[in-house]
Amino acid sequence: MKILVCISKVPDTTSKISFKDGNKKFEEAGVQWIINPYDEWYALVRAIELKEKDPSTIVHLITVGGADTEPIIRKALALGGDEAIRVNAVSDDSFYVAAQIAEIARQGSYDLVFTGKETIDYNASSIGGMVSELLDAPYISLATKFELDGTTATITREIEGGEETAEVSLPVVVSCAKGVAEQRIPNMRGIMAARTRPLKIVEPAAIETLTQVASYELPPAKAGVKLVAADNVAELVRLLHEEAKAI
Amino acid sequence: MSVLILIDHADGHIKKSSFEALTYGADLAKQLGTTAAGLLLGTVNDDLPALGKYGITTVQHVNNESLNNLDAQVYAKTIAEAVTATGADVIVISHNQTGKAVAPRLSARLKAGLVAGAIALPDTSNGFVVKKTVFSGKAFANIGITSAVKIISLNPNSYKTVAGEGTAEVKELAVTVDAPKVKITNVNKVKGEVPLTEAEVVVSGGRGLKGPENWGMIEDLAHVLHAATACSRPVADTHWRPHHEHVGQTGIQIAPNLYIAIGISGAIQHLAGVNRSKTIVVINKDAEAPFFKAADYGIVGDAFEVVPKLTEEIKKLKGV
Ligand SMILES: Cc1cc2nc3c(=O)[nH]c(=O)nc-3n(C[C@H](O)[C@H](O)[C@H](O)COP(=O)(O)OP(=O)(O)OC[C@H]3O[C@@H](n4cnc5c(N)ncnc54)[C@H](O)[C@@H]3O)c2cc1C
Ligand SMILES: Nc1ncnc2c1ncn2[C@@H]1O[C@H](COP(=O)(O)O)[C@@H](O)[C@H]1O
Repeated sequence: MKILVCISKVPDTTSKISFKDGNKKFEEAGVQWIINPYDEWYALVRAIELKEKDPSTIVHLITVGGADTEPIIRKALALGGDEAIRVNAVSDDSFYVAAQIAEIARQGSYDLVFTGKETIDYNASSIGGMVSELLDAPYISLATKFELDGTTATITREIEGGEETAEVSLPVVVSCAKGVAEQRIPNMRGIMAARTRPLKIVEPAAIETLTQVASYELPPAKAGVKLVAADNVAELVRLLHEEAKAI
Repeated sequence: MSVLILIDHADGHIKKSSFEALTYGADLAKQLGTTAAGLLLGTVNDDLPALGKYGITTVQHVNNESLNNLDAQVYAKTIAEAVTATGADVIVISHNQTGKAVAPRLSARLKAGLVAGAIALPDTSNGFVVKKTVFSGKAFANIGITSAVKIISLNPNSYKTVAGEGTAEVKELAVTVDAPKVKITNVNKVKGEVPLTEAEVVVSGGRGLKGPENWGMIEDLAHVLHAATACSRPVADTHWRPHHEHVGQTGIQIAPNLYIAIGISGAIQHLAGVNRSKTIVVINKDAEAPFFKAADYGIVGDAFEVVPKLTEEIKKLKGV
């Protein structure tokens, strides 16, 4: 069993979001970078659990990014995984990134590709689906449970207003949401071991891009809250009805 | 050149988010000086010609019951064939659970650039630039699609449905549909509730409610408002409420017309899931709760006193 886990680097959830160069670039100054929570807490931990159950399982991590993603991928390796691959390219085009991952996945004949449900910065929820299409493999998005029995995966996923469970034969690409695993904290042994685990750097394949960021903008500031006294709930209802036209 | 809009459905009915997508696609077609068609995969009990009222001229129908279950691989291939058959060059899909599975596959298949989570019509004055939310609702990005065929997945609740006059012509589309590789073995849906991502009004509770036994008043308020219920992450983590109600950065992102937050502090990760709501009401006993900074209306007070009163006042307003 070979599992490829897709790891991305994102700004910490509490980062102040601002832009520079005429709103064309994200202001990275002062930003703390973390592993995308969905990748770390769910995709990676589930892969490690599968390896713990069956030690012959091989877990590889992949990130598409510049040298500045290395601390992040080392941090991921401290949780587990046999080896990491960094495709040395920086792009905000989902198709370009997905095609790089698909290239590695194809060469490595992985049985399972795990991604997070979405990155918390770009919020595309796209890479997994694109990779699956490029591999011509089934895709289960927004998984909340993942069980494996031989070469059959039983996966529960989010649907509107509930969940559904599906069975599928490997290989499969899965995007992982909350529920797939429980968050773990890396321990000292893992952090030490991560230093000796290989981090391979691969040059990108020639892939076209299909989109381009033109600019960013921040939402207009809120006018400020209108407070209503706790003993005057009728006034709140009047405002919601007459002013906000929300009820 | 034309616009093709995926009509998503469940349990025999077209989803509300698809009416938004149809309206959006029809408006986009007008902007581009072309026509818009809907694409229905599978079968529904709804009146298809009546979809013309959203501005589409045609409903392309792949009448095959196996498509009533979603296998993203089969869907993407089928839609790709429909795109070829109709000559469409802009495809609109809802950015809901179906769209998140299907749109990226279709994008890779057609080498068509995708903007996932669009919130407005594209700016076509110079290229094809679509606005989408990024940083979990804290900012927007304008993304140019540079490929010939373009895909937009539209955030639910971000484009107003407009129903006018008109009937659409239903055309059966003969395309080969592959056998699904994904076998659905169980569906577990909460019956009779409004799905959170489609709800116009959402009533949400946090740890301030002390325990699951106190959710009755939240449900009563939701009931009079025809609202969906939601909760903060610790509430789902401690199993006071089911996981699919958890909103925020790590939960579901929503953008209802009205979001009522009760006993929720307003942590940045919670706001990331709800800050696109049009109107936010906060009820919290702590005047310093950060949520008030993101709110439009607020009451500083004890939820156990305020919420039942609010339910009564809304009943009065609605005459029930
Ligand atoms: C990476 C990361 C991701 C996260 N993702 C999410 C997410 O997706 N969604 C999410 O919600 N959280 C998320 N969190 C957690 C988040 O930071 C907060 O801890 C959480 O939102 C707090 O939940 P709460 O407001 O219900 O509880 P608390 O912070 O405990 O707040 C309870 C509030 O209730 C008020 N209160 C108490 N009693 C009453 C009363 N009688 N009447 C009225 N008000 C009362 C209190 O004043 C307080 O403001 C995440 C955290 C991290 C680090
Ligand atoms: N640059 C990247 N390198 C590796 N994996 C990525 C990268 N970007 C996104 N992913 C993976 O794809 C998932 C979805 O990302 P997105 O489609 O950008 O929302 C993430 O949770 C990651 O698992």
